[in-house]
Amino acid sequence: MSEHVASPKMYVVIFLSLIGLTALTTAVAYVNLDAMLGLKNLPLNTIVALVIAICKASLVGLFFMHLRWSSNVMRLVVVCAVFWLAILITLTGADFFTRNWIPIPRPWQASVTYQRSSGIVIPSNVRR
Amino acid sequence: MSDAHPHVAVAEQFDDAEQQHEAAGLGMWIFLATEIMFFGGLFASYTIYRNLYPAGFLAGSGLLNAKIGAFNTVVLITSSLTMAMAVHSAQLGRRKALIGFLFLTLLLGLTFVGVKLYFEWYHDYLTHVAPGFGFHPEGADLARIHALHAPLSAVELFMCFYFLMTGVHALHMVVGVGILTVLIVKAWRGRITRESHNIVEMAGLYWHFVDIIWIFLFPLLYLLGVTR
Repeated sequence: MSEHVASPKMYVVIFLSLIGLTALTTAVAYVNLDAMLGLKNLPLNTIVALVIAICKASLVGLFFMHLRWSSNVMRLVVVCAVFWLAILITLTGADFFTRNWIPIPRPWQASVTYQRSSGIVIPSNVRR
Repeated sequence: MSDAHPHVAVAEQFDDAEQQHEAAGLGMWIFLATEIMFFGGLFASYTIYRNLYPAGFLAGSGLLNAKIGAFNTVVLITSSLTMAMAVHSAQLGRRKALIGFLFLTLLLGLTFVGVKLYFEWYHDYLTHVAPGFGFHPEGADLARIHALHAPLSAVELFMCFYFLMTGVHALHMVVGVGILTVLIVKAWRGRITRESHNIVEMAGLYWHFVDIIWIFLFPLLYLLGVTR
Protein backbone atom coordinates (compact mmCIF):
# COMPACT_ATOMS: atom_id res chain seq x y z
CA MET A 1 0.00 0.00 0.00
CA SER A 2 1.50 3.30 -1.06
CA GLU A 3 -0.54 5.35 1.36
CA HIS A 4 1.57 7.30 3.77
CA VAL A 5 0.67 7.95 7.39
CA ALA A 6 2.54 11.08 8.42
CA SER A 7 3.44 11.84 12.02
CA PRO A 8 1.45 14.43 14.02
CA LYS A 9 4.74 16.09 14.99
CA MET A 10 5.39 16.91 11.35
CA TYR A 11 1.92 18.42 10.99
CA VAL A 12 2.58 20.66 13.99
CA VAL A 13 5.93 21.79 12.51
CA ILE A 14 4.21 22.66 9.20
CA PHE A 15 1.47 24.47 11.14
CA LEU A 16 4.00 26.55 13.07
CA SER A 17 5.86 27.38 9.84
CA LEU A 18 2.58 28.57 8.29
CA ILE A 19 1.83 30.76 11.32
CA GLY A 20 5.40 32.14 11.17
CA LEU A 21 5.07 32.95 7.47
CA THR A 22 1.71 34.64 8.12
CA ALA A 23 3.35 36.82 10.79
CA LEU A 24 6.21 37.57 8.37
CA THR A 25 3.96 38.57 5.47
CA THR A 26 1.87 40.77 7.78
CA ALA A 27 4.97 42.44 9.24
CA VAL A 28 6.54 43.05 5.81
CA ALA A 29 3.29 44.65 4.60
CA TYR A 30 3.71 47.41 7.19
CA VAL A 31 7.10 48.35 5.68
CA ASN A 32 6.84 50.29 2.45
CA LEU A 33 9.57 48.45 0.53
CA ASP A 34 8.93 50.27 -2.77
CA ALA A 35 9.53 53.68 -1.19
CA MET A 36 12.38 52.45 1.01
CA LEU A 37 14.41 51.07 -1.89
CA GLY A 38 13.38 53.87 -4.24
CA LEU A 39 11.84 51.54 -6.80
CA LYS A 40 9.16 53.30 -8.77
CA ASN A 41 7.81 50.69 -11.16
CA LEU A 42 8.30 47.52 -9.15
CA PRO A 43 5.53 46.54 -6.69
CA LEU A 44 8.07 44.96 -4.36
CA ASN A 45 5.64 44.57 -1.43
CA THR A 46 3.26 42.56 -3.61
CA ILE A 47 6.09 40.44 -5.02
CA VAL A 48 7.37 39.59 -1.52
CA ALA A 49 3.79 38.86 -0.35
CA LEU A 50 3.18 36.56 -3.33
CA VAL A 51 6.48 34.71 -2.85
CA ILE A 52 5.54 34.08 0.81
CA ALA A 53 2.02 33.02 -0.25
CA ILE A 54 3.47 30.55 -2.78
CA CYS A 55 5.73 29.12 -0.05
CA LYS A 56 2.72 28.71 2.27
CA ALA A 57 0.60 27.13 -0.46
CA SER A 58 3.45 24.72 -1.26
CA LEU A 59 3.73 23.69 2.40
CA VAL A 60 -0.03 23.05 2.57
CA GLY A 61 0.01 21.15 -0.74
CA LEU A 62 3.10 19.04 -0.08
CA PHE A 63 2.41 18.08 3.53
CA PHE A 64 -1.24 18.66 4.51
CA MET A 65 -2.49 17.48 1.11
CA HIS A 66 0.09 14.66 1.01
CA LEU A 67 1.47 15.57 -2.43
CA ARG A 68 4.90 14.66 -1.13
CA TRP A 69 3.78 11.04 -0.94
CA SER A 70 1.26 11.06 -3.78
CA SER A 71 1.65 9.21 -7.06
CA ASN A 72 3.10 11.03 -10.06
CA VAL A 73 -0.22 11.15 -11.87
CA MET A 74 -1.70 13.32 -9.10
CA ARG A 75 1.33 15.60 -9.15
CA LEU A 76 0.87 15.86 -12.92
CA VAL A 77 -2.68 17.12 -12.39
CA VAL A 78 -1.40 19.80 -10.01
CA VAL A 79 1.41 20.88 -12.33
CA CYS A 80 -1.05 21.05 -15.26
CA ALA A 81 -3.50 23.13 -13.22
CA VAL A 82 -0.79 25.62 -12.23
CA PHE A 83 0.52 25.71 -15.82
CA TRP A 84 -2.98 26.43 -17.15
CA LEU A 85 -3.38 29.17 -14.56
CA ALA A 86 -0.10 30.68 -15.77
CA ILE A 87 -1.41 30.60 -19.37
CA LEU A 88 -4.63 32.30 -18.25
CA ILE A 89 -2.86 35.13 -16.46
CA THR A 90 0.03 35.55 -18.94
CA LEU A 91 -2.08 35.66 -22.10
CA THR A 92 -4.69 37.96 -20.55
CA GLY A 93 -1.87 40.22 -19.37
CA ALA A 94 -0.14 40.04 -22.76
CA ASP A 95 -3.20 41.77 -24.19
CA PHE A 96 -3.98 44.31 -21.48
CA PHE A 97 -0.47 45.33 -20.48
CA THR A 98 0.81 45.91 -24.01
CA ARG A 99 -2.13 47.87 -25.43
CA ASN A 100 -0.48 51.26 -25.19
CA TRP A 101 3.02 50.26 -26.25
CA ILE A 102 2.37 51.29 -29.83
CA PRO A 103 0.11 54.31 -30.35
CA ILE A 104 -2.52 53.30 -32.84
CA PRO A 105 -4.52 56.09 -34.46
CA ARG A 106 -8.24 55.50 -34.05
CA PRO A 107 -9.77 57.84 -36.63
CA TRP A 108 -13.17 56.13 -36.30
CA GLN A 109 -13.53 57.73 -32.90
CA ALA A 110 -14.85 61.19 -33.71
CA SER A 111 -13.80 62.78 -30.41
CA VAL A 112 -10.16 61.86 -30.88
CA THR A 113 -7.79 64.66 -31.73
CA TYR A 114 -4.24 64.14 -32.87
CA GLN A 115 -1.12 65.81 -31.60
CA ARG A 116 2.23 65.80 -33.26
CA SER A 117 4.98 65.30 -30.74
CA SER A 118 8.58 64.89 -31.93
CA GLY A 119 7.47 63.57 -35.27
CA ILE A 120 5.00 60.97 -33.93
CA VAL A 121 1.25 61.33 -34.31
CA ILE A 122 -0.38 60.70 -30.96
CA PRO A 123 -4.15 60.38 -30.61
CA SER A 124 -5.52 62.04 -27.48
CA ASN A 125 -7.05 58.78 -26.20
CA VAL A 126 -3.71 57.00 -25.99
CA ARG A 127 -1.85 57.25 -22.72
CA ARG A 128 1.90 57.13 -23.04
CA MET B 1 -2.09 -5.63 -2.38
CA SER B 2 -5.58 -6.34 -1.16
CA ASP B 3 -4.15 -8.44 1.67
CA ALA B 4 -3.14 -5.24 3.45
CA HIS B 5 -6.80 -4.28 3.67
CA PRO B 6 -8.83 -7.45 3.99
CA HIS B 7 -12.07 -5.72 5.06
CA VAL B 8 -12.17 -2.97 2.50
CA ALA B 9 -15.41 -2.46 0.65
CA VAL B 10 -13.91 -2.26 -2.84
CA ALA B 11 -16.37 -1.19 -5.51
CA GLU B 12 -16.57 -3.73 -8.30
CA GLN B 13 -14.94 -1.54 -10.95
CA PHE B 14 -11.67 -1.53 -8.99
CA ASP B 15 -9.07 -4.28 -8.73
CA ASP B 16 -8.17 -3.51 -5.14
CA ALA B 17 -8.31 -0.90 -2.38
CA GLU B 18 -5.17 0.84 -3.56
CA GLN B 19 -6.59 1.40 -7.03
CA GLN B 20 -9.80 2.71 -5.47
CA HIS B 21 -7.80 5.06 -3.27
CA GLU B 22 -5.80 6.35 -6.24
CA ALA B 23 -8.92 6.88 -8.34
CA ALA B 24 -10.59 8.86 -5.57
CA GLY B 25 -7.52 11.06 -5.11
CA LEU B 26 -7.09 11.62 -8.84
CA GLY B 27 -10.75 12.58 -9.26
CA MET B 28 -10.55 15.01 -6.35
CA TRP B 29 -7.39 16.64 -7.72
CA ILE B 30 -8.98 17.07 -11.15
CA PHE B 31 -11.96 18.74 -9.45
CA LEU B 32 -9.53 21.01 -7.58
CA ALA B 33 -7.83 21.83 -10.91
CA THR B 34 -11.19 23.14 -12.17
CA GLU B 35 -11.47 25.13 -8.94
CA ILE B 36 -8.04 26.65 -9.57
CA MET B 37 -9.30 27.81 -12.98
CA PHE B 38 -12.48 29.17 -11.39
CA PHE B 39 -10.59 31.29 -8.86
CA GLY B 40 -7.85 31.93 -11.47
CA GLY B 41 -10.26 34.01 -13.55
CA LEU B 42 -10.93 36.21 -10.52
CA PHE B 43 -7.22 36.58 -9.75
CA ALA B 44 -6.48 37.43 -13.41
CA SER B 45 -9.14 40.15 -13.53
CA TYR B 46 -7.92 41.45 -10.15
CA THR B 47 -4.40 41.78 -11.63
CA ILE B 48 -5.65 43.73 -14.65
CA TYR B 49 -7.92 46.11 -12.78
CA ARG B 50 -5.33 46.73 -10.09
CA ASN B 51 -2.91 47.83 -12.82
CA LEU B 52 -5.56 50.05 -14.38
CA TYR B 53 -6.58 51.67 -11.05
CA PRO B 54 -3.62 51.37 -8.63
CA ALA B 55 -4.70 54.25 -6.39
CA GLY B 56 -8.28 52.98 -6.16
CA PHE B 57 -7.08 49.54 -5.11
CA LEU B 58 -4.67 50.97 -2.51
CA ALA B 59 -7.41 53.13 -1.03
CA GLY B 60 -9.94 50.30 -1.17
CA SER B 61 -7.57 47.95 0.65
CA GLY B 62 -7.22 50.64 3.32
CA LEU B 63 -10.95 50.26 4.04
CA LEU B 64 -10.41 46.67 5.17
CA ASN B 65 -9.27 45.63 8.63
CA ALA B 66 -5.95 43.81 8.21
CA LYS B 67 -5.97 42.66 11.86
CA ILE B 68 -9.26 40.80 11.41
CA GLY B 69 -7.90 39.41 8.14
CA ALA B 70 -4.78 38.15 9.92
CA PHE B 71 -6.89 36.66 12.72
CA ASN B 72 -9.00 34.78 10.18
CA THR B 73 -5.85 33.57 8.40
CA VAL B 74 -4.63 32.05 11.67
CA VAL B 75 -8.09 30.50 12.28
CA LEU B 76 -8.06 28.93 8.81
CA ILE B 77 -4.49 27.61 9.10
CA THR B 78 -5.36 26.10 12.49
CA SER B 79 -8.43 24.46 10.93
CA SER B 80 -6.12 22.96 8.29
CA LEU B 81 -4.01 21.45 11.07
CA THR B 82 -7.08 19.95 12.79
CA MET B 83 -8.30 18.64 9.41
CA ALA B 84 -4.91 17.03 8.73
CA MET B 85 -5.12 15.46 12.19
CA ALA B 86 -8.66 14.23 11.43
CA VAL B 87 -7.34 12.48 8.30
CA HIS B 88 -4.49 11.09 10.40
CA SER B 89 -6.96 9.74 12.99
CA ALA B 90 -9.10 8.21 10.25
CA GLN B 91 -6.05 6.50 8.73
CA LEU B 92 -5.34 4.90 12.09
CA GLY B 93 -9.01 4.09 12.74
CA ARG B 94 -9.28 6.21 15.90
CA ARG B 95 -12.97 7.03 15.96
CA LYS B 96 -13.09 9.35 18.97
CA ALA B 97 -10.09 11.39 17.83
CA LEU B 98 -11.60 11.58 14.35
CA ILE B 99 -14.89 12.98 15.67
CA GLY B 100 -13.02 15.41 17.92
CA PHE B 101 -10.78 16.79 15.18
CA LEU B 102 -13.65 17.02 12.68
CA PHE B 103 -15.67 18.92 15.26
CA LEU B 104 -12.77 21.31 15.96
CA THR B 105 -12.39 21.91 12.21
CA LEU B 106 -16.12 22.60 11.96
CA LEU B 107 -15.96 25.10 14.84
CA LEU B 108 -12.96 26.92 13.33
CA GLY B 109 -14.69 27.03 9.94
CA LEU B 110 -17.81 28.53 11.52
CA THR B 111 -15.64 31.03 13.43
CA PHE B 112 -14.08 32.15 10.16
CA VAL B 113 -17.43 32.64 8.41
CA GLY B 114 -18.96 34.28 11.50
CA VAL B 115 -16.12 36.80 11.87
CA LYS B 116 -16.35 37.55 8.15
CA LEU B 117 -20.11 38.07 8.24
CA TYR B 118 -20.40 40.13 11.41
CA PHE B 119 -17.09 41.99 11.88
CA GLU B 120 -16.37 42.59 8.20
CA TRP B 121 -19.30 42.48 5.79
CA TYR B 122 -21.90 43.82 8.23
CA HIS B 123 -19.43 46.49 9.39
CA ASP B 124 -18.77 47.44 5.74
CA TYR B 125 -22.51 47.72 5.21
CA LEU B 126 -22.90 49.99 8.26
CA THR B 127 -20.00 52.25 7.22
CA HIS B 128 -21.39 52.51 3.66
CA VAL B 129 -18.43 50.88 1.94
CA ALA B 130 -20.35 47.84 0.65
CA PRO B 131 -20.62 48.21 -3.14
CA GLY B 132 -24.18 48.43 -4.44
CA PHE B 133 -25.65 49.37 -1.05
CA GLY B 134 -25.32 53.15 -1.27
CA PHE B 135 -21.54 53.24 -1.53
CA HIS B 136 -20.36 56.49 0.04
CA PRO B 137 -17.37 56.28 2.42
CA GLU B 138 -17.34 58.87 5.21
CA GLY B 139 -14.95 60.48 7.68
CA ALA B 140 -11.48 58.96 7.93
CA ASP B 141 -12.23 56.53 5.09
CA LEU B 142 -13.07 59.35 2.73
CA ALA B 143 -10.04 61.38 3.87
CA ARG B 144 -7.73 58.47 3.07
CA ILE B 145 -9.29 58.03 -0.36
CA HIS B 146 -8.81 61.73 -1.11
CA ALA B 147 -5.23 61.65 0.16
CA LEU B 148 -4.44 58.93 -2.40
CA HIS B 149 -6.26 60.84 -5.17
CA ALA B 150 -8.29 57.74 -5.85
CA PRO B 151 -11.51 57.99 -7.87
CA LEU B 152 -14.45 56.78 -5.77
CA SER B 153 -15.65 54.51 -8.57
CA ALA B 154 -12.27 52.73 -8.58
CA VAL B 155 -12.48 52.23 -4.80
CA GLU B 156 -15.97 50.78 -5.26
CA LEU B 157 -14.57 48.49 -7.97
CA PHE B 158 -11.98 47.21 -5.48
CA MET B 159 -14.76 46.60 -2.95
CA CYS B 160 -16.64 44.64 -5.65
CA PHE B 161 -13.57 42.43 -6.08
CA TYR B 162 -13.25 42.11 -2.30
CA PHE B 163 -16.88 41.08 -1.80
CA LEU B 164 -16.92 38.73 -4.79
CA MET B 165 -13.61 36.99 -4.04
CA THR B 166 -14.14 36.61 -0.28
CA GLY B 167 -17.82 35.84 -0.90
CA VAL B 168 -17.08 32.96 -3.25
CA HIS B 169 -14.40 31.79 -0.83
CA ALA B 170 -16.85 31.93 2.11
CA LEU B 171 -19.36 29.98 0.02
CA HIS B 172 -16.73 27.26 -0.33
CA MET B 173 -16.27 27.37 3.44
CA VAL B 174 -20.02 26.89 3.96
CA VAL B 175 -19.97 23.89 1.59
CA GLY B 176 -16.99 22.58 3.58
CA VAL B 177 -18.91 22.98 6.84
CA GLY B 178 -21.74 20.92 5.28
CA ILE B 179 -19.28 18.19 4.26
CA LEU B 180 -17.79 18.17 7.78
CA THR B 181 -21.25 17.81 9.33
CA VAL B 182 -21.97 14.77 7.15
CA LEU B 183 -18.58 13.28 8.09
CA ILE B 184 -19.20 13.82 11.81
CA VAL B 185 -22.59 12.06 11.61
CA LYS B 186 -21.03 9.19 9.65
CA ALA B 187 -18.14 8.89 12.09
CA TRP B 188 -20.55 9.04 15.04
CA ARG B 189 -22.49 6.11 13.59
CA GLY B 190 -19.25 4.21 13.12
CA ARG B 191 -19.49 4.23 9.32
CA ILE B 192 -15.96 5.55 8.88
CA THR B 193 -13.43 2.85 9.61
CA ARG B 194 -9.74 2.51 9.04
CA GLU B 195 -10.51 0.77 5.77
CA SER B 196 -13.04 3.30 4.50
CA HIS B 197 -11.35 6.59 5.35
CA ASN B 198 -11.06 7.75 1.71
CA ILE B 199 -14.01 10.07 2.25
CA VAL B 200 -12.22 11.90 5.07
CA GLU B 201 -9.08 12.25 3.00
CA MET B 202 -10.99 13.72 0.04
CA ALA B 203 -12.83 16.18 2.31
CA GLY B 204 -9.41 17.11 3.70
CA LEU B 205 -8.08 17.88 0.21
CA TYR B 206 -11.05 20.19 -0.38
CA TRP B 207 -10.61 21.94 2.98
CA HIS B 208 -6.88 22.51 2.47
CA PHE B 209 -7.57 23.84 -1.03
CA VAL B 210 -9.97 26.46 0.37
CA ASP B 211 -7.20 27.35 2.85
CA ILE B 212 -4.74 27.86 -0.04
CA ILE B 213 -7.15 30.25 -1.79
CA TRP B 214 -7.32 32.34 1.39
CA ILE B 215 -3.52 32.33 1.66
CA PHE B 216 -3.50 34.28 -1.63
CA LEU B 217 -6.57 36.42 -0.92
CA PHE B 218 -5.22 37.71 2.40
CA PRO B 219 -2.12 39.59 1.11
CA LEU B 220 -3.74 40.69 -2.16
CA LEU B 221 -6.84 42.18 -0.53
CA TYR B 222 -5.91 43.11 3.05
CA LEU B 223 -2.17 43.77 3.14
CA LEU B 224 -2.05 45.91 -0.01
CA GLY B 225 -3.01 49.14 1.68
CA VAL B 226 -1.86 48.88 5.30
CA THR B 227 1.06 51.29 4.96
CA ARG B 228 -0.74 53.92 2.89
